[in-house]
Formats: sequence, structure tokens, C-alpha cells
Amino acid sequence: MAKRVRSMQDFDFRGTALSADEFSKGKVITTTGEPHAEYAWDCGPAISRYLEELRNGRLIARWCKRCNRTMLPPRMFCELCWCPTTEWRFVRDTGIVNTFSLCNITWDMKPLKTPQIPAVIEIDGASAGMGIMHLIGGCDPRKVRIGMKVKAVWKPAAEREGAITDILHFTPA
Amino acid sequence: MPRRVAIIGVGATVPRPVTPELSYRELIHEAAVRAYEEAGVEPREIGTFMPCTEDFYEGISISDEYSNDQLGAVLKPVHTIGGDGIHGIATAYMQIATGLFDTAVVEAHSKASNVLTPHHIMNYAMDPVLNRPLGENPLYVAGLEMSRFMHESGATSEECAWVVVKNRRNALSNPNGAFGAKVTVHDVLSGPAAFCPLGALEMAPPSDAAFVVVLAAEDRLPARAASPVWIRGVGWSNDSPTLETRSWARALYAEAAAQRAYRMAGIRNPARDIDCFEIDDTFSYKELQHLEALGICDRGEAGKRTARGETEIDGATPVNASGGSLGCGHMLDATGLFRTVECVRQLRGEAGQVQVKDAKTALAFGWRGVPTTSGACVVLGA
Repeated sequence: MAKRVRSMQDFDFRGTALSADEFSKGKVITTTGEPHAEYAWDCGPAISRYLEELRNGRLIARWCKRCNRTMLPPRMFCELCWCPTTEWRFVRDTGIVNTFSLCNITWDMKPLKTPQIPAVIEIDGASAGMGIMHLIGGCDPRKVRIGMKVKAVWKPAAEREGAITDILHFTPA
Repeated sequence: MPRRVAIIGVGATVPRPVTPELSYRELIHEAAVRAYEEAGVEPREIGTFMPCTEDFYEGISISDEYSNDQLGAVLKPVHTIGGDGIHGIATAYMQIATGLFDTAVVEAHSKASNVLTPHHIMNYAMDPVLNRPLGENPLYVAGLEMSRFMHESGATSEECAWVVVKNRRNALSNPNGAFGAKVTVHDVLSGPAAFCPLGALEMAPPSDAAFVVVLAAEDRLPARAASPVWIRGVGWSNDSPTLETRSWARALYAEAAAQRAYRMAGIRNPARDIDCFEIDDTFSYKELQHLEALGICDRGEAGKRTARGETEIDGATPVNASGGSLGCGHMLDATGLFRTVECVRQLRGEAGQVQVKDAKTALAFGWRGVPTTSGACVVLGA
């Protein structure tokens, strides 16, 4: 039976490490490429209306008659009973925190002094467990709790463009 | 003996160059509703799902995660295929034939209109070290292939143009034919140059569409299912990807894929034993090259037979009665499933004005496009 490796010292590493210098001076050969991938996604009737109502400063959901679920984000068919949804229903711009994270690290792994707070908000008027993936703001990160009541902070009407960012963040209600 | 497997329902949206009114979700849902209705099943009764999706076409990593809602596949077994729709059919066949599941769904779609830089996406399939730095539009691969194919097979520019004339004319009679038109050989040859010898009118334009196919085991056909179309043979194959060394004149991947499918289906002479063919025609010459690779025409004969009208709807070997990709558009990895669905309609006698008389056996063949050597084939029987 092979000897079990207990620690890195048990290996006999051979060879010489490459330095950054060797890369920059072209002693190590690599090829680079820049991506050029552009898309324009058709949103369809449900998400288009959702975005349009965000521009109006409102949240709109779709109702499934069979499941009696008010679904946010809205969709044209119910993924569970698989029936077409039948009605538009406005819901409130308030809700409770379902779950959240204190996000201390940026894209390029730099630490943040003030964390970003992504959170799933269950929206009042939507069915349980449904709502918005957004950010918490205007709040001491140490005070965020699951179950906390929050409300949307909207961009000024003139600046809204029909996007999820028309809501700046959710803040304690 | 493995269980026999049938296609018991197909659903499709009408291919169109753009579909701004629907997201891919609603497009797929529409196809799925039609397919399940034909099959007489509810999604909860289906055993396994095979979406065929390619992340770069969607602009979404791990895009199969987004397939479930619109198929009714939430919390169901999902086995995504990064391949053509016919690869999906082959996988569904295996999962049923082996007894793992009794019913399966294959889905493939194209939202080609949402990809704003399609040739750059295609370029991602090129070798990043040896080929991409040359910087040309990767569609030159089609020009290279056409040159060598014509050189070795003796096919002429006129014969290649006949494929376009035939397929776009067929599409005029097919409600799915987004690019149906009366064009002449002269029109095709005097059109704009593209990747010589390939002309701009010899390239299938992109279409959006969604296709859903329901399959079931012979011993578990739902009572309300549409009349079954049997999977008689499947085969798939890939050649070496290397541009520097690949076979340019012959579509060896198609030869190998077809041989497997024919062996399984007991087909000795495809031109005699199969009544209609829906085969890849992404570019005019591809139909001719594939006709020879699939053993439907002898080498060097496909162009001549096409020009003589033998591949017309009422000819001896009807090819792309639907209009194919030149007539209905190229639908990314949904193209093979489009061809499969057209074959099913032929075998059920539901093909309307493009119906091939007495179609009992049909073949669909899909190719994954430039720069691949990836082909998949299915033989279907009424």
C-alpha cells in the first residue's frame, strides 16, 4: 500500500517556480484574447411590464389562479402547476428580509470598509417566499436581521429607466 | 433487446428572423405546451428532460439552470446536452431504451436575434492559440471547405446554387418557411460575394424558434398520445477539430454518424430504404457534401442529381422538403430538432403542401456549424 501523504513536506517538489518577471519578459509564452460577446435579451411580456412598472415606481406581480400564488418577479406561466398566469396584481414596495449577506470583498478581492448587503426581500402582497433580490442600504450592517421590515428607496422619477436599479436599495421600514 | 422508443408529441414555434415579443422562456413554453398536448401528458408525468443549450449563444453561464420553469421540469431529472437537438434525441433514446425512464422530453431553441456579435461568438470555437490571432471572420472555414469539396467532387457553382433555389422554393409552401422565395441560379450566383466560392445568398440566415419533442417507451405509450413515430436508429460522430489537418472535402463525421444509425436501423441502401431527408444545409454546398457523406448519393453525384431535380419534393430522394435552413433559417443548436420535427410531420402525413408522398421512413441529420465537425443523425419510421 502506498504511503499516505501527511503534509506538503512529504512531497519532493522538483523544478523552479516561474516569476512574474519571466512572464513580463516573454520567457513564458501565452496568448491572450479579448472577449467580444454582446447580447440584447428580449424580456417578454412579464418582465417587460415589470420593468415598465419599476419606471413608474411600482411593483407588479402575476397571479396563478390554480395555485393562488401572486408571483414576483412576474411570469406568464406558473412553474409549479404549469398553467398560464391570468392576472396582473400590484404589490407593495415593502417587505421583510428573507436572507442576506454582508459582502466584504470586491470583484478584485479588495476588502470593503463598509460592506454591501445583498438580500432577498419577501414583498408584502406577494406569496410567501417570493419577492426581490436587491441590496440593503441606509442601515448599520451590524443591525440587519432576517425578518427585518424594509421598504424600497426609489430613484427620483426623472432618473428611472425601467431597470431593477430604479430601486436604489431597501432600507429599514 | 432494448425497448422500442417513439416520438409521441412535437411542439414548435414558427421560425422567424426576430421574436421581440417573447423571451426565450415564453418561446420554449409555447413549444412545450403544444408538445405535451400532442403527447397527452402533463409535465409532472414526464420522467426526464434534455434541454440542448450552449452558454455562449445564451449569454448565460450554465444556461441549463434556466431551462426548468418553462418545461415544467422543476425538481425533475434534467440532463443538459451541450450539442445539437439530435444529440438530445439520441440521449433521450438511450435513457428510455435502457429502462431508466419511460418518458423523456428534448428541448432546443434559438434566440439568434439576441446575439449581437454572432461571428465573434463563433470565433470562440476557433483554436485560441493558432487560429484566432489571424483575426479573420471564422466563416472563412466554410469557404475553405467549399473550395476543397468542389475541387474533389467536381460539384459546380451552379449545382450548389440549385440547392438554394430548391430549398427557398420549398419554403414558400411551408408555413414554417420564413425565407421562402423564388430565386434563380443566376440570382444566387450574381448575389454578393461572401467567403468565396461561397456567396452571401448561399448562407442560411438566422431564425428564432423553439422545439420540444416528447418520447416514450413502446410499453408505456400514453393513451392519448399522437400516433407514434419510431426511433429506428441514431448515430453521432466528431472528426478531429484541427483546421490544419481535418478532412476538408468529405464530411467524415457525417459518414461515421450515418453508418451507426443505418446499422441500428437495418438500412442497407439509404436512397432506396428512406423516403425523405431533412439534412444540414447551413450553406448550399453542405447539402451536397452531406448527401454524399450520408450515402444518399455516390461521391461526385450530389450536385448533378440536385440539378436534375432528383432531390425535389416529388423526386426520387426528396431532400429538405421543408425548405431546410436556407428556407426556414438556421436555428443554432435547435436546427437538428427542427429537422426532426419536420420529419415527424412527414411521417404522420401532416406536412401539407410539402408532403412527400408515402413517406414511411425519414432521416434527419444535423451539423453544429462552423468550425465544428460534429454531426448527429436519426432515422425515424412511421
